[in-house]
Formats: sequence, structure tokens, C-alpha cells
Amino acid sequence: MSDVQTETLAEIVTQIPVTVLTGYLGSGKTTLLNRILSEDHGKRYAVIVNEFGEIGIDNDLIVESDEEIYEMNNGCVCCTVRGDLVRVVEGLMRRPGRFDAIIVETTGLADPAPVAQTFFMDDDVRAKTKLDAVVALVDAKHLPLRLKDSNEAEDQIAFADVVIVNKTDLVTPDELATVEATIRAINPSARLLRAERAGVPLSDVLDRGAFDLSRVLDNDPHFLDQDDHDHVCGPDCDHDHHDHHGHHHHHHHGEASPIHDVGVKSVSLRGGEMDPKKFLPWIEKTTQMDGPNILRLKGIVAFADDPDRFVVQGVHMIIEGDHQRPWKDDERRETRLVFIGRELDAERLQRTFEACQA
Amino acid sequence: MPTVAPLDLDGHAIAVAWLNDIPHFALADGVVHRLDHGHKWVEAHDGLLAACPSLDATSLITGGEDGKVAAVGPGGEVKEIARLERKWITSVAAGPQGAVGFASGRVAYVRFADGRQRELEHPRSVEALAFAPKGMRLAVARYNGATLHFPATEGKPAELEWAGAHTGITFSPDGKFLVTTMQENALHGWKLADGKHMRMAGYPAKVKSFSWSVKGRWLATSGAPAAIVWPFQAKDGPMGKAPLELGTRGDTMVTQVSCHPAEEITAIGYADGMILVARFADQKEVLLRRPGKGAITAMAWDEGGRRLAFGSESGESGVVDIAG
Repeated sequence: MSDVQTETLAEIVTQIPVTVLTGYLGSGKTTLLNRILSEDHGKRYAVIVNEFGEIGIDNDLIVESDEEIYEMNNGCVCCTVRGDLVRVVEGLMRRPGRFDAIIVETTGLADPAPVAQTFFMDDDVRAKTKLDAVVALVDAKHLPLRLKDSNEAEDQIAFADVVIVNKTDLVTPDELATVEATIRAINPSARLLRAERAGVPLSDVLDRGAFDLSRVLDNDPHFLDQDDHDHVCGPDCDHDHHDHHGHHHHHHHGEASPIHDVGVKSVSLRGGEMDPKKFLPWIEKTTQMDGPNILRLKGIVAFADDPDRFVVQGVHMIIEGDHQRPWKDDERRETRLVFIGRELDAERLQRTFEACQA
Repeated sequence: MPTVAPLDLDGHAIAVAWLNDIPHFALADGVVHRLDHGHKWVEAHDGLLAACPSLDATSLITGGEDGKVAAVGPGGEVKEIARLERKWITSVAAGPQGAVGFASGRVAYVRFADGRQRELEHPRSVEALAFAPKGMRLAVARYNGATLHFPATEGKPAELEWAGAHTGITFSPDGKFLVTTMQENALHGWKLADGKHMRMAGYPAKVKSFSWSVKGRWLATSGAPAAIVWPFQAKDGPMGKAPLELGTRGDTMVTQVSCHPAEEITAIGYADGMILVARFADQKEVLLRRPGKGAITAMAWDEGGRRLAFGSESGESGVVDIAG
């Protein structure tokens, strides 16, 4: 093995996955954390919490940390990081081998963006860890109220890769359907799980690779497939199969929620092959201009004369893109993007996006 | 020819220091190793986060993940100075008259030699601490600036403002300047007499290591493919002047710097484990150590300036004798 290969291998081994857990007080975060820490799954977790609170487990790898949001001094208001995480993650990573993954629990009112951005904007943190997924817990009973009295609950859902609707035993099937429809209206691409007492399979929450460009879309076969009725859920299909509610999002994107004037909406764009000379400047300009309003962005891009799929994902103004894999023969070479955010001008996005086609 | 006496340890070096002329290597796992007629060690913490030598170089002040602040002596004795249950002690600083500063979360503490303790609360996290070279004065690096305390008195602290997160802090040896490292790839400085700002930007990476040269005439820093050395001889510090760039390499970054105690030269440690020494006057370089397994994370000269102790991310450590 050459030196170069050894180095690459070492880097892979030391990049620790990080899961961010959001949710209001009472949504079940502590219950879920206690399960993650006590269940026999063969993995060791370091957990960064805002307060030890009710975590009943004595574990050296639970670290209390004051949420400390730092604006970067670059004139961009959405370029924020969690300064405390920079420090704690650096400290943890100086003693590798003690844990397999890190979980960051945020306070109920936390904005998930600075947490996520820390893992992209800080070079040291980025070199040693990789953001795996943002998981939002919501309380099925109290979500409607939370959405009425704050933006944070909505932001947490909009930002999430996985939304766990907890305490489903406390609501009627109709109430649950309404809550799920509301979540779908805010974020059509998140994976939606139902739970009582946070009892979801941990494999559905951890190791999701939601920010991993090589996996981001594989994880979610329905992602962006609003018009795709060809998909048949097979045994491996990573999607809710409980009932048809899981598929409701096909019809809800961009629509207002039945119980709340949702400020966050998603804009899905679909087009043919793109001209990279037009598309790349466009996406850069769009994320620069609309960055503060864009919570999440994901997509697959077909570039003209390019045998490989290009994938993008972004958080506010941070955007990453890379070639993923060759297009398969039976795949339609088309470009699909979804923006989730506030005050997005769907008409302008659509128009400028279409102008980038080859 | 310089010769290297290697010491292969198992863990990330937080600090190295010479106590009573004995090289000490403090690792992130909490073990402090020393080379004193053979390799000896003591477990001072369950997880070490910060360490610095006392001003008289007779003990190493340490702070850990176990909430403990300790003084490790050259014989391996560990004296507990303070303990905060279930907190991380994220920075420590050695002060005059045996005072020790330490921080956890938003509180900075000063422990005086007589056992008195002062708690200094801040609205935001205390990122780093430094004592002034004269008088009982403590500087705290924080979000949007620095705070200067006089912990022996009840006087109001002085606030120095500059937007952004300040993560490291140091006084110039003459006490005239205060310099911080930032979350951005930059340093910031204040001339304390008039509060004048100094911006030192343009680094490709965060500045994590800084070292004042003899008499504080220069400030050497990491964060670039060369050691960036700012001139501080003029009354306004480095303003309007270009820094020296020493030991420039094309393919790796400087991670540590340590200025010699007597000569205007600095040791430069790199991300690939190489160590050079470079002279300010003519930029002449001498190789002290070939690249190794991990980034250099700590370096310290002995009092006489003949031997350089170093530690790295991977645990590879040792002592370089520059006279051979």
C-alpha cells in the first residue's frame, strides 16, 4: 500500500459522524438520548448537551456545553457557527478511539443552522467529523400550538432530514394525519417516523448520511419525486409504508398548512440537462442572494455531455457539489432541485433555473 | 548537527514544558510524561484540555475534562488546585505571585496563592485567558472582543471591542499590546495605551500557535504555509508593516511556533511533523526534525535555548539538541 492510500484510509477512519437532535422541550429528546445511550447496539456515542438535565446515565462522554452562536466576521448574517461546538468537538477528537459517533442535542428553541454550519465552516471540525443528519422530534399533541407561537418549531422541521412524530398515542388518527400533513407542507423531503415514547429503530435515526453527497439522495428514493408515480416501494425502500400519508407530500409542497400559515415552504424545480457554464454561476448567485432565506437545498444535476450525476446540497449560503456516479442507462437524465426556506420566490427560481438548461 | 532524542508516546500532545530543566509532555489523555533519567509519567487527569507552565517553571498548570485544575510538579506530584464537578476546564493561565487562572463555560476563575478564589462571570463563553506580565491583571478572550480584569481588586473590568469570536489571547512581554487569535483566519490586537486597533489578517488557516521573541520584538504565528512573524518594535506595533515569512513550504502548513529564549530565531513545526528553525535576520533555516506521523502540536525551548522539546498529534515526541 502506498503512503497516499494509507493516508486516505486514516482520514476515513477518523471522520466521526455527527447527528444533531432538535426538538422542543417535552418532545422526547431526553427519552431518545437515554435510549441511544443505554441500548445494546455495539456503538459508543459522545453526547454534547446543553444541560445534563434528566439524562439519567452516568457517562464520561456526556459533555455539557453552553450554546454559543458566533457570527463570522464576514458581513454575512447567516454565516454563524456554534463556538462551543468547535471547542468541544476539537477536545473530543484529540482522544479518538473512545467513541464511534457524536450526538449534539440542541435546546428547544435552537436554530439548527449554526449547528449544521459549524461542520462545514470550521476547517478543523470539518477535517475530523462529518455531519450525518439533523433529526427533529415533534410532539404530535403540541405541535400545532408550537407552530402558532414560534418560528423555531417550523425551522427545526424545515431543517430536518428525519422528523420523528412522537407521542402519537396521545392524539387521534385525524389529529395525527393533520400534524403529518403540516410537517410535509413544511418539509416534503424529510423522512417521517412515528413514535410513542421516542421508540423508533435507532438505525432510522443514526448513520443516515444525509449530508454525504454520495448518499444524500440514495437515502430517500422519494426525494423530489413529486411527479414520479413509477416508483414501487420494494422491501429495501427507505420510506414510510405505514399508510398513504407518507406519500401525501406529493400534493402538499408549496401549499399552506391546514393549521398554520406556514412561513417555510419548499420549491421544487425540475428540468432537463443543464449547461454548467450557466448553472454553476446561477446556483452560486442564488445561494448568495437568497442564502439567508434558504434553510436547506438538495438536488441532482444532469450536465450536458457529462456521463456522471452531479449532486448538490446546501445550508443557507454554504453549498457543496460533486460528481456522484455515472448515470444508469435506464435513468432519465434530468435535473431536480428542492429549496426549503422562507420567502422564496418560486416564480423567479423557476424562471432563472430554466434559463440554465443546455 | 542537531540530534533528535525521540520519545514515542500514545496520544495528542497538548503542551510541552521544561520544569526544573526536565522536559514534560502533557497528553490529551491526561498523562504527563517526563524525561528525567528515563521515561516517567503520572496520570494527572482523565482527559487533559489545557496546560501551561507556572511563571517560575516549577510546575505545569493543567485543566481537564474531569473538572480538575492541578499543578504537576517536576517529580510527578499532582496537586489539585480546584475542581468543578462535571465541567470541562477549557483554559488555564499562570499568573504572578503563584496565581492561577482557569475557565469553564462563561466563568473565569482566579485562584490566588493564599487560597482565595475570584469568580469572573461573562455574558458569553470565556475562550482563553492570559495574565499581564506586570500587576495582577487578567485578560479574557470572548465573543466580540476581550475583557481586562483586575482580579485582586473590585474594580470594574475594561472592555475592548472588536466584532467576531476571539479564541486565543496574549500580552506582549512589555505589557503594551494585547493580541487575540480569532475564529476567522486572523489576529486582532489592541495597543493598550490608547486602544488603537491592529488587524493582522490574510492567513489561509486559523492561527492556533503564537510566540513572542526575546524582549517581545516580534510575534511569530502559525496558520500559513510559513511562520508569519509580525514586527512589534515600533510604538504602534506592526501597523503598516509587512510580516516576515519564515520556513515557507509549498505543501504543508505551520502548526506550531516557538521563539528562542535568547536569539531572534524561531522553531517552526509543521502539519507533517517536520521542524525547522529559522533566523529572523537572514531567514536562514536549519532542519531539526524530518517529517513524521502527525502534526506538531507543542514545542518549548529549555531555559538555555539549546534543547527543544516537541510533541505531536500522533504522540511522536522528543527533544532536539541543536548543538548535537
